[in-house]
Amino acid sequence: MTQDTRSNFAYLDEQTKRMIRRALLKAMAIPGYQVPFASREMPMPYGWGTGGVQVSAACLTPDDTLKVIDQGADDTTNAVSIRKFFETTAGVATTERTAAASIIQTRHRIPEEPLKAGQILVYQVPIPEPLRFLEPRETETRKMHALQDYGLMHVKLYEDIARHGNIATSYAYPVKVQGRYVMDPSPIPKFDNPKLRMAAIQLFGAGREQRIYAIPPFSDVVSLDFDDHPFEPSKANHACTLCGAEHTYLDEVIVDDAGGRMFVCSDTDYCATRQAAGTASPQTAPSQPHEAQP
Amino acid sequence: MTPLFSVRDLRKTYGGRIGCTDVSFDLYPGEVMGIVGESGSGKSTLLNCLAGHLAPDAGQVMYDTRHNGMVDTLRMAEPERRMLGRTDWAFVHQNARDGLRMSVSAGGNVGERLMAVGARHYGQIRAAATDWLERVEIDAGRIDDRPSAFSGGMQQRLQIARNLVTGPRLVFMDEPTGGLDVSVQARLLDLLRGLVRDMGLSAIIVTHDLAVVRLLADRLMVMKGGHVVESGLTDQVLDDPQHGYTQLLVSSVLQA
Amino acid sequence: MYVAVKGGERAIDNAHAWLAEERRGPSDIAELSIAQIRHQLALAVNRVMAEGSLYDPDLAALAIKQARGDLIEAIFLIRAYRTTLPRIGHSHPIDTGAMACDRRISATFKDLPGGQVLGPTFDYTHRLLDFKLMAEGQAPADADADADAAAASTQTASPTPAPATMPRVSAFLNRDGLIQDEAPSAATPPDMTRQPMEYPADRPLRLQALTRGDEGFVLGMAYSTQRGYGRNHPFVGELRIGTVVVEMDIPELGFCVEIGEITLTECETVNQFTGSKTEPAQFTRGYGLVFGQTERKAISMALVDRALRWEELGEDNMGAPAQDAEFVLSHADNIQATGFLEHIKLPHYVDFQSELELVRKLRAEASTPFSEAAE
Repeated sequence: MTQDTRSNFAYLDEQTKRMIRRALLKAMAIPGYQVPFASREMPMPYGWGTGGVQVSAACLTPDDTLKVIDQGADDTTNAVSIRKFFETTAGVATTERTAAASIIQTRHRIPEEPLKAGQILVYQVPIPEPLRFLEPRETETRKMHALQDYGLMHVKLYEDIARHGNIATSYAYPVKVQGRYVMDPSPIPKFDNPKLRMAAIQLFGAGREQRIYAIPPFSDVVSLDFDDHPFEPSKANHACTLCGAEHTYLDEVIVDDAGGRMFVCSDTDYCATRQAAGTASPQTAPSQPHEAQP
Repeated sequence: MTPLFSVRDLRKTYGGRIGCTDVSFDLYPGEVMGIVGESGSGKSTLLNCLAGHLAPDAGQVMYDTRHNGMVDTLRMAEPERRMLGRTDWAFVHQNARDGLRMSVSAGGNVGERLMAVGARHYGQIRAAATDWLERVEIDAGRIDDRPSAFSGGMQQRLQIARNLVTGPRLVFMDEPTGGLDVSVQARLLDLLRGLVRDMGLSAIIVTHDLAVVRLLADRLMVMKGGHVVESGLTDQVLDDPQHGYTQLLVSSVLQA
Repeated sequence: MYVAVKGGERAIDNAHAWLAEERRGPSDIAELSIAQIRHQLALAVNRVMAEGSLYDPDLAALAIKQARGDLIEAIFLIRAYRTTLPRIGHSHPIDTGAMACDRRISATFKDLPGGQVLGPTFDYTHRLLDFKLMAEGQAPADADADADAAAASTQTASPTPAPATMPRVSAFLNRDGLIQDEAPSAATPPDMTRQPMEYPADRPLRLQALTRGDEGFVLGMAYSTQRGYGRNHPFVGELRIGTVVVEMDIPELGFCVEIGEITLTECETVNQFTGSKTEPAQFTRGYGLVFGQTERKAISMALVDRALRWEELGEDNMGAPAQDAEFVLSHADNIQATGFLEHIKLPHYVDFQSELELVRKLRAEASTPFSEAAE
């Protein structure tokens, strides 16, 4: 699709892109550190990906190929809307294939297929501050990061184990980057945390909260835990009904009103690719209403 | 022997009013010093200046650090000062609620300082917390309860445990028995005396209650209107007060 | 055989088509014109300009039409448009003392030079639905009644006097040293649309955030101060509404040019006095300034401004929400607020799946405490 020439390439004016790129460079230089930036009002609401869109807009060149996913799928309504936005304002090629994309903007998932050097993964972030729900004041959390005063974060994990027997965080699971900054990896399921060590560049944009942060390729990213309660990237104990994968994150779909359900890969491109390649071993019967799993 | 803590010419004013002035003393390892005076005497201001909660207008507050010898804490960078506050130093507030996280369990409160300095084994942290709860005579079964469910005396003891778990060398206490009823006070003082002795702590205790200093403090400073009017060994000062104000203070204590 | 849900793009297109139909409504009803909205719904237009931070009544009217009357949606349109506008320069500070006032009242004095000018206000109307307004497009039925009404209005709503005869109330109080001075400053104020918000925020930044903040939120915060949450005894020293000129230096011309006129509402409150044995008692101030005739907002802004000044005035922090700058300023922007609020309509099933698995696991562990099979 050709670019709508009423707006600048990828909507933002060049000065704004320059400002964002400066923030991105700073973020790459200090892995996991939240860099404040003057987030612009965009044509989509705050909370709907304006941070990710601004980061993508600053990174896009006419030669790029863009993939946009939400919940791992290319055709959820907001992913469709954002992809269309860039088709109109940047005229870039778009794709649903992870391997074919140079920039991938994502909400709440990391693609199953390992990313390569030269790719950029842009995350949409609602609340960038991992300590926010322990300490609501920005003035305090800023100090805690500066002084590496993360005791409160571990207290929270301790309290979880004391109360529930387990750490009770299942998504947006906090990590420590390069042994220095504690970071919120955006609301990805903790199953995706191990993928945060990757060959591609990872950029995080929070528009409403006005913060950008980054993880350079091959950075050390450790999910917080205790030595005797190690981090577990868990997922549902099922295989994908459509392609048989046992190693992917699954969506639970309710198929009838008797509570029958089935599990399918959340990453639609990965699942479709497996099915097309004939590596699929689909299961035919949906599973019975869920029983307590051991 | 080098003093652990050395203060010179400390002064803090509020506009034209004197908070405290001309305060100098040395504190040696294992020594407990009491600061007494009526309310408004400047003792709390002094304590806050010593502990790094208030910035004084003049003077030096030197501390014998583990690795760098005598350092003027007033000129320390904030990260270092915070680290000091988490390890070598402790501060027991008059109101336990100011020194505790009320929405965190007792175990979490005691474990926080350990976690802040790098403890990463849940079982060990919990064991240390249990051990400390017992040392301050709190039933270990209450380790998962919130302090909001504790009595005032228990909260104060929890605050003490939270402060002492990282083995500090210097403890500041601001009216540690204030607001507690008499029998609870006695028990708390006994506990403090035992801990101070067992751990070889140095301490600076601010109080208006002479019974507290009689029991806990080796030395005493008497303050009035921001000035130190008398100082010396506790027993000497209390049994043979020289300054008129000290005499007034001693004589006005109701005889049991 | 389960087939994954598809067709998001088509769904969106259909939704937009239906939206366009609803916006237009039945085609036998006359379409609203921008001019009608601009003139007959002027107070809505004012709000959209104020919170959109863009003074353009026609654009605001267009936004209201496009947004089907949802003012926050309209404000969003204006904000998004504003982002695309290039910055040419900035004007001289506006002189509200030279305002040509349509309305000017003071609650602190019974009478004052320039008089109490009521202007076109709802204040003393009786809130009774006027069913005559349901008859559209008719010429005024009773010409005499209107002439009387006009006569009555001239007694109190006098023709706009020259600005020179409307000195500020705060100037009187200031002459006797009764009210705190506002220190003039030549510093360039921050632009919160060009730099990220940082706390603590100084007064210029706070005022900027308040003037474009949601009217309902600022009203609620102001109301809370009146009910004791950080009370500061406000009196409306002066409320003025009228037009002011906007001037800017044009470098190419080498001199200052008037580029237009805007309508503003300015409210100065006289608040709780401070003082001590050594410092004489003085009244303190609050300030509100908003685009258009937007009184409720300007007065609310002045009250919240004053509440947020507790620290510089040496007052106690009562813990009132209106005294907490980070709380007030973080939540005042209705575009940020509605965006984040409404985003919870977006799919969250991936994270919900994680929570489901966690809860199932915890329940399973709780019911089999000694079971080896827990692993």
